[in-house]
Amino acid sequence: MSTDTGTIETLANKEYEWGFVTDIDADALPKGLNEDIIREISRRKDEPEFLLDFRLKAYRHWLTMVPPQWANIKYPPIDFQDIIYYSAPKSKKKLASLDEVDPELLRTYAKLGVPLAEQKLLANVAVDAVFDSVSVATTFKAKLAEMGVIFGSFSEAVKTHPDLVRKYLGSVVPYSDNFYATLNSAVFSDGSFCFVPKGVRCPMELSTYFRINAKETGQFERTLIIAEEGAYVSYLEGCTAPMRDENQLHAAVVELVAMDNAQIKYSTVQNWYPGDKQGKGGIYNFVTKRGKCLGQNSRISWTQVETGSAITWKYPSVILQGDNSIGEFYSVALANNYQQADTGTKMIHIGKNTRSTIVSKGISAGHGQNTYRGLVKVLKGAANARNYTQCDSLLLGDQCGAHTFPYIEMKNTTSRAEHEASTSKIGEDQLFYCKQRGIALEDAVNMIINGFCKEVFKELPMEFAVEAQKLLGVSLEGSVG
Amino acid sequence: MPILEIKDLQAGIAGRQILRGVNLTIAPGEVHAIMGPNGSGKSTLAQVLAGRDTYVVTGGSVRLNGQDLLDMSPEERACAGLFLAFQYPVEIPGVSTSYFLKAALNAVRKYHGQPELDAMDFLKLMKQKMKLLDMDTSFLSRAVNEGFSGGEKKRNEILQMAVLDPKLAILDETDSGLDIDALRIVAGGVNSLRGPDRGILLVTHYQRLLNYIVPDYVHVLRDGQIIKSGDKNLALELEARGYGWLEEPVAVH
Repeated sequence: MSTDTGTIETLANKEYEWGFVTDIDADALPKGLNEDIIREISRRKDEPEFLLDFRLKAYRHWLTMVPPQWANIKYPPIDFQDIIYYSAPKSKKKLASLDEVDPELLRTYAKLGVPLAEQKLLANVAVDAVFDSVSVATTFKAKLAEMGVIFGSFSEAVKTHPDLVRKYLGSVVPYSDNFYATLNSAVFSDGSFCFVPKGVRCPMELSTYFRINAKETGQFERTLIIAEEGAYVSYLEGCTAPMRDENQLHAAVVELVAMDNAQIKYSTVQNWYPGDKQGKGGIYNFVTKRGKCLGQNSRISWTQVETGSAITWKYPSVILQGDNSIGEFYSVALANNYQQADTGTKMIHIGKNTRSTIVSKGISAGHGQNTYRGLVKVLKGAANARNYTQCDSLLLGDQCGAHTFPYIEMKNTTSRAEHEASTSKIGEDQLFYCKQRGIALEDAVNMIINGFCKEVFKELPMEFAVEAQKLLGVSLEGSVG
Repeated sequence: MPILEIKDLQAGIAGRQILRGVNLTIAPGEVHAIMGPNGSGKSTLAQVLAGRDTYVVTGGSVRLNGQDLLDMSPEERACAGLFLAFQYPVEIPGVSTSYFLKAALNAVRKYHGQPELDAMDFLKLMKQKMKLLDMDTSFLSRAVNEGFSGGEKKRNEILQMAVLDPKLAILDETDSGLDIDALRIVAGGVNSLRGPDRGILLVTHYQRLLNYIVPDYVHVLRDGQIIKSGDKNLALELEARGYGWLEEPVAVH
């Protein structure tokens, strides 16, 4: 990920060229949630009627729901009236250069190998990206537009392509889906929208950075990606959040739709603030991500590297509706210190000859608790459906835990599901072997962990894979030895 | 100055004394063999020298090129030039042999203030060393020791030794589990690494290995002490007569 000076300068100049407002402050609504707040969010965003209706329908349904209790996670009850549901960036002191940034933060960036331009972005120095809930311009829009690819913020898409939004919003994750998805449907602020038309292979990896910027602001991203017949798109989502003391709620919804012969690859590196070593603070990450292989021979792949958040509750899933469609889930989840991760996937086989692959790598360290929870469901009509599931857990130390809950429901006798699972401890023998070759303890741990995760990392785009490896190292600092 | 100087080394595990005062000096260019029956402390000696923390050193001193070895961490010892070829090489799934060796080599180089080797130079070095051990370059992309046969594992150890170029190489039961062809190849690799600046310590149960790697000195370890030293002929004598004749006569009361 080395970026030469020329590139950095070009990027830096570009940012300047784009002339982003440098003073950013949150223009937030009062705490709490009621219909007035929802109407106000919708009004401020100048939304069409159908969207307000969608929000209100969701809100009214949400009032009848209770937070899910089945996950293997513990946290105090969330006071949903104590949360700010909307904040738009507005004047806040922006730093003039990296010299003004907390050196500790810079040290982390350096370890991650984040290029200078990106460091500035992350440290709030100068930018293009997503700030809190409202998106700011995205880079290569013009070039994409030439090919008919629509890529931009969700709010923008609501204005420019309301018909597409109306057609697909809630088509994969209905407004009534689950407590947090329903909450998101009522109050979502912004996110990304991507539409790749028939036969177009998106020429670049689409990426976005999400950040939680303002204090005590719930983050409710909404992302919708549609790939028409024969289209291909690879989407990268990277997350970093600055240090915060309060627990922050993050409840995003991502919907993917793939038509005949279309392919969507969705990669995530999630590094929200995990809380401190004593388990204080950190992000609550309750996310609903789901893709629908609507067309024949379509394919949706989720790859995730989850290193952050105090709590991760996330099950990127695929509904395999079209015949011969393929769903994939590759995951690395890390729980260090007092982090809790309950994550996995659902593969719902509806069409004939549908195939799914699940590779889950859980790493537990410190007092971390890591749970894989997965459902493979094969419906009656899904003749010759195939699933392969592999769940591996790695333990560092003796205070942490690894748990596996694989559910398999088969309603078709011609179908087959395979499940493999392993649990191992990082071995003293392995560490000593590395050290005897001159490799320092920390490097040895990183090497062994990265080896453990290799099957997942190889699914990530090159740059992301490098970043993910370094991120794991930083996240595990001091957890061994 | 000797490469290795062990004086009255005492060490044990969980309160049980295993080494009871070992004395051994290895000068540059010398090959020493330590032999002894099972449980005599041979492997313990190798592990203690490498810095395995499951063993507790309770007395004595060890110097590597004049440096206090016991004061150093395992990785420092490795960087300072101590290499242990493991009796049971460890598997590291998902980590390629070339990645592992490059990390090791660059750690050692960094310790000595040398610049890291880039990918091209590293590959060149590897190819050259692999020829020595009749190894195919496909080894490089395989995960460290994962799915390796016994012979491949041992060859991999010697390859690492060749690449890391240590001052002192300790070979712990390197002959165990090898058929005669593999033994020849491994021994050939070790012999090619003999040199005026390097010391080699062979830890072995059988004399067989010493037919291929001929030692300058042979020591017999028993109950944690070296009870007899000699030249290569001592090994032959042990082969013929076993360890029994070395027993001190039982005192009659």
